[in-house]
Amino acid sequence: MDETVIVRLSVNGELVERSVEPRLLLSDFLRHELDLTGTHVGCEHGVCGACTVLVNGDAVRSCLMFAVQADGAELTTVEGLTPKPAALFVVGGEGAGGQGTQLHVLQEAFREKHGLQCGFCTPGFLMTLIPFLSHNPSPSETEIREALSGNLCRCTGYQNIVRAVQLAAERLASEPGQAL
Amino acid sequence: MSGRHFGASVRRNEDERLLTGQALFVDDVHLEGMLHVAFLRSDYAHARIKSVDLSTARSRDGVVGVYAAGDLGDYWQPGPLLVPPPPIERLEFHEATQVPLARDKVRHVGEPIAMVVARSRYEAEDALALIHVDMEPLEAVVDLEAALTDESPQLHEHLESNLAAHVIQEKGDYAAVADKAPHVIKRRFHFDRGASAPMENRGVVADWDAKSGELTVWDTTQAPIPIRNGLACLLGLPEAQVRVIAPFIGGGFGPKIMMFYPEEVLIPWLAMKHGCPMKWIEDRQESFFATTQERGQIHDAEIALTEGGIILGVHDVFWHDTGAYDPYGLTLPINSQCTLLGPYQVPNYYSEFRVVFTSKPIVTPVRGAGRQQGVFVMERLLDIAARELDIDRVEIRRRNLLAPEDFPHDHEIIYQDSAPLVYDSGNYEAALDKAVEKIGYQKFLEEEQASARAEGRHVGIGIVSYIEGTGIGPYEGARVTIEPSGKVCLATGVGTQGQGHFTSFAQIVADELGVTPDCVHVVTGDTAKFNWGTGTFASRGAVVAGNACHEAALAVRAKVLAHAAAALEVEADDIELAEGMARVKSRPETCISLGDLAVRANPLRGAVEPGTEPGLEATAYFGPERGTTASGVHAMLIEVDPATAMLKILRFLVVHDCGTVINPMIVEGQVVGGVAHGIGNSFYEQLHFDKAGQLLNASFMDYLLPTATDVPNVEVDHVETPSPYNPLGIKGVGEAGAIPVGALFAQAIEDALGPASLEILEMPLSPNRLFELLSEAGHYDSPSEQE
Repeated sequence: MDETVIVRLSVNGELVERSVEPRLLLSDFLRHELDLTGTHVGCEHGVCGACTVLVNGDAVRSCLMFAVQADGAELTTVEGLTPKPAALFVVGGEGAGGQGTQLHVLQEAFREKHGLQCGFCTPGFLMTLIPFLSHNPSPSETEIREALSGNLCRCTGYQNIVRAVQLAAERLASEPGQAL
Repeated sequence: MSGRHFGASVRRNEDERLLTGQALFVDDVHLEGMLHVAFLRSDYAHARIKSVDLSTARSRDGVVGVYAAGDLGDYWQPGPLLVPPPPIERLEFHEATQVPLARDKVRHVGEPIAMVVARSRYEAEDALALIHVDMEPLEAVVDLEAALTDESPQLHEHLESNLAAHVIQEKGDYAAVADKAPHVIKRRFHFDRGASAPMENRGVVADWDAKSGELTVWDTTQAPIPIRNGLACLLGLPEAQVRVIAPFIGGGFGPKIMMFYPEEVLIPWLAMKHGCPMKWIEDRQESFFATTQERGQIHDAEIALTEGGIILGVHDVFWHDTGAYDPYGLTLPINSQCTLLGPYQVPNYYSEFRVVFTSKPIVTPVRGAGRQQGVFVMERLLDIAARELDIDRVEIRRRNLLAPEDFPHDHEIIYQDSAPLVYDSGNYEAALDKAVEKIGYQKFLEEEQASARAEGRHVGIGIVSYIEGTGIGPYEGARVTIEPSGKVCLATGVGTQGQGHFTSFAQIVADELGVTPDCVHVVTGDTAKFNWGTGTFASRGAVVAGNACHEAALAVRAKVLAHAAAALEVEADDIELAEGMARVKSRPETCISLGDLAVRANPLRGAVEPGTEPGLEATAYFGPERGTTASGVHAMLIEVDPATAMLKILRFLVVHDCGTVINPMIVEGQVVGGVAHGIGNSFYEQLHFDKAGQLLNASFMDYLLPTATDVPNVEVDHVETPSPYNPLGIKGVGEAGAIPVGALFAQAIEDALGPASLEILEMPLSPNRLFELLSEAGHYDSPSEQE
């Protein structure tokens, strides 16, 4: 498996070029080659949705794609939703302190409505919701639940995620400056 | 304690990192020169290993090492018995704990046999296919009762049979009351296995620094300190030279506290052997075999009652499936045994159980931890009694509930924490009343159900009660420090898996020190920061660690007041702490900041007074003598479509009592999440093993977790009965939501389908299984029902 292929793509607005094995999953490429570890891997068979990223604006499961298939594409990961935090990332058990990052309207709504507990599935939910809300800015609860039904969460029971989506949709409607 | 932040729905401190992809999970740890490990796991449930040939795999490009049990030398040893059996008379217990790599035999599908170390995980997995294991398949041990017969194949050669334990606990004299009881009901109940299925699988990264002699391990564990202590012992290192970090953990739900998983002892060993960092991350399929599971039990239960539905006694004989090994001792069956008694007055109780080894994955607690089964049995018996005695379901419960004046209530048996089963406090009827009122029980039965039936709709109501023993010892600790910057740091030993510890612990401390919770920097799950404690299990984090945080904060508060009194030249009583300042109550402009006081307490010149300590810091421990008992009532309205056996939850209500609430938003989140887990365990999730011990649905395509379209909005209300067993009055809440849901589904489904149409005696159900039960009950025999 020494044969490698060059891939060139845009990730969160930055051009990236790497030489990769053809079998390398896009999720592993993002996480382990680019160190964008905000994209999580929960099942590696396309069910849980934790690894969802935007590929040319569409929500896509990065565990079901090879990195080479993303050649020439524009990708957005959860790290692309906010400007890079100023402080360096601290490795270790001290995870509490925030860094004062300006959160995306959807992230802020998740925070206010307690739409996350362990937070492992959260990046996948956020990335699923970005194109959903841009196509359907004022969804009904049923539409929200259907949109979320391809993402698994074991902690929240989903209802606070639904409330977060409703809040984000309200804010997007009432504040024209807000953009997805 | 009534502070400005304690008791408020404070937004979570940890969310910003989690939402921006900046939280560190174990698989995010990337170290220079790191190698990757993959495990060869058994395809057989029970087989003898005749030989293992690693030579081809070893010669493959990219492979750095390949190991089987024989390569581990003296390091190969069975894991510890994590929880020794409690002191119960006549108790019989046979220990057989898991091993790092199977040597002579495999005892469940997925048991690791060999491991490959390679440059990448991809290459490590490639090499697994080149390992040749010659195995002689043996008959699997799957059925709990058959496992104890003479004809059964035997799993552990050093034992006489597949019996892992036999325990009897009793109070009063059931046989005597049953003899004379006007009404006795007897049924057999089945409970089957489910997966804990946290969204993050397990993983271990280990880094050995030979020059400093320090081992650092990142582990998806709920109990980093015991892992640290155990690893130091196994590897012959001083505890201070081993650092275990449980960073952000993507859900635990119980199985992440098992100790030791084979991978937890092997990855650090490999890191030391190879002198470079090692990583293993479980994949989802591995998780279905290699992570522990729960809930297989069979109960033969009997209840004796008066004509008025008063419980005279309960008799229960059950079998508990512990899987291939029993490292967790008797926690689960004792939880079942004790929780069965529920919120009820049960004067006579006979409970006998047998723990059985089977050739299935290991069983340890999963959210609820044996309590579901006990609650299911008791609630079902009461439902059947209500029907047979023609008493309303709520009324029969009400007649048997313990009253507020019955506390503390001693059930006269021993609980899982080895202490007597004593309920500290409760207000069960108030919770039941609230649930009945809020769900509209009477109106539903008298009006809505009848009109729905007239339209041909099958709607039903369920209402069940439960208790949960929570917050058990032994202890947890916390250290609070005020730094010269004014920042408050709080370190505690429990791991965190999404419960909001960074916030609720901060709330407890913030009020005592007059700061806001976002100013409290919380560290959990890192043995370099705090290294005394046990871990996060048994709904104990908030109760035990929370009270330790409070004690430590009070001690620091006293130091702050003493230094402030000296600095401001007033009595300590005249000082209040607010907005990060110590100020004189009557003239707030006379004040000094916490940071300045921290400097005064740790001066560069001058003297620290004899008998005092430098700094504004204190460490405190809290060890409750026994656990505290939370309780609640769940109520649900459902509609069943008999044609498809699908059901729709119309309303779901929880009235919960976890004593004093630190953060209502977090508590409700815990309850609702637990309910979703319970819904999965009741109607979607079941691990199906065939007769050969093969798991038939080891993927998320076949094992169905409930999704956003399956879980309804859950209404949550509270009754607050503070626990007298801890200063903050807290009871645990982490598992509560999941516990009574099976019992609730059974009752509501029966009610929807009409009286005597069906008796549900098993969990989990599924649309398929409900269809089978309806078929067996003759529901589809008349042509009109088939349409």
